[in-house]
Amino acid sequence: MPKISLKVNGKAVSAEVEGRTLLVELLREKLGLTGTHVGCDTSQCGACVVHVNGDSVKSCTMLALQADGADVTTIEGLAQPDGTLHPMQAMFREHHALQCGFCTPGMVMSAIDIVQKHPEGLSEAEIREELEGNLCRCTGYHNIVKAIAAAFPLMHQKQAA
Amino acid sequence: MYDFAYQKPASVADAVKLLAGDPEAKAVAGGQTFLPVLKQRLNKPSLVVDLAGLGLSGIKQSANALSIGAMTTHATVARSAEVKKAIPGLAQLASWIGDNQVRHRGTIGGSLANNDPSACYPAAVLALGATIKTNKRAIKADDFFQGMFTTALEPDEIITEVEFPLPVEKSAYEKFRQPASRYAMVGVFVAKGPAGVRVAVTGAGQNGVFRVADMEAALAKSFAPDAIAAIKVSPEGLNSDIHGSAAYRAHLITVMAKRAVAAAG
Ligand SMILES: Cc1cc2nc3c(=O)[nH]c(=O)nc-3n(C[C@H](O)[C@H](O)[C@H](O)COP(=O)(O)OP(=O)(O)OC[C@H]3O[C@@H](n4cnc5c(N)ncnc54)[C@H](O)[C@@H]3O)c2cc1C
Ligand code: FES
Ligand code: FES
Repeated sequence: MPKISLKVNGKAVSAEVEGRTLLVELLREKLGLTGTHVGCDTSQCGACVVHVNGDSVKSCTMLALQADGADVTTIEGLAQPDGTLHPMQAMFREHHALQCGFCTPGMVMSAIDIVQKHPEGLSEAEIREELEGNLCRCTGYHNIVKAIAAAFPLMHQKQAA
Repeated sequence: MYDFAYQKPASVADAVKLLAGDPEAKAVAGGQTFLPVLKQRLNKPSLVVDLAGLGLSGIKQSANALSIGAMTTHATVARSAEVKKAIPGLAQLASWIGDNQVRHRGTIGGSLANNDPSACYPAAVLALGATIKTNKRAIKADDFFQGMFTTALEPDEIITEVEFPLPVEKSAYEKFRQPASRYAMVGVFVAKGPAGVRVAVTGAGQNGVFRVADMEAALAKSFAPDAIAAIKVSPEGLNSDIHGSAAYRAHLITVMAKRAVAAAG
């Protein structure tokens, strides 16, 4: 089986994978990072979103082999080692942006990407549009949108500092 | 998914050799169509050839053309200042494909090679009279699309770049999204440029993208929404499915074309 080496949440890892092994399977089954969820396995729901080289991608629609040499961040890689949450996670908690929590890891990873890619600012309508690839069956989205709007100044402040 | 061997060659020549040497080998670009197809076991390649190592990503502008490398992602095209300036309708089209995650992986070459009858890029390529360049030849958009999921490409032929002639005076894309998949139920690209005034429709035709000659003639005389308001497209040969009948799609074509003309200014 081919062997790949990549960085996951800042740590170098290597693994043997099959041609057909998906990135999400590598993360969950080989690396034990079960925070990344599989909701649909058909590229629709966004529960599996992680960052690959700084872009949000659906890890159910990428081969592990395509991530050879890449820098991958999952939901597990967001909080500080002392447990301090990433501002996006903190705002999801603050604004009650989750109920069952199944969509949440992918939602948070997409949300961070959206905020990072729009330093110029985001309207509520733009946040909703940008969340196109993430489905939530519980919250009705309102609180998710509020959480992202609230995280925006925190994330950009931190980057400016 | 059935298992397969995987190779990531570093040159177009090597990629072509791998594809030519094995009738069951398939190329993968962004994988946003290919992997869902493999998951459904609709395809069983022996070897998957990853095109990501060929250096085919990037946007170049010269005096009379904008060239987009086959592996350039939808997100890159959507955000490109050069594309926004030279062909705003093209950047807009890319920004409406799927969602952020699909746009971060999906590529222009993959979209064209796949020629899904409801894909967006074929409309732009046809309306702008672009040329599809491969490892073997240059193919005019008018000759490239050959019906649903069918193109002029040979099995061992790789799209390397897509060349859009400049200057483009007007361009706009309007898309009526299928509400669940976000693919085009009807998408219309209108353009005025070196290829003349063109109107290309995707999503509607059973044989994929097509041009509307009556609208093109009317717009060449007067580039205004009113010029095409009375032009009706026949429902014959259009798709009918649970999302909409052929007659509904035929009606939408005129509506979307008018909006596109208005947006193109
Ligand atoms: C949820 C979702 C929503 C989507 N919505 C839209 C939409 O609204 N509009 C739209 O247009 N598309 C949409 N798509 C499709 C998306 O644009 C795909 O990215 C695109 O159709 C295929 O590009 P790819 O790079 O992913 O190609 P792949 O999936 O990797 O490949 C597709 C096919 O093309 C071949 N191929 C790829 N590159 C080349 C090349 N350079 N030369 C020769 N052959 C090649 C492959 O062998 C394969 O057969 C959507 C996809 C998903 C998953
Ligand atoms: S599990 Fe990947 S998009 Fe739903
Ligand atoms: S919180 Fe349950 S799916 Fe989003």
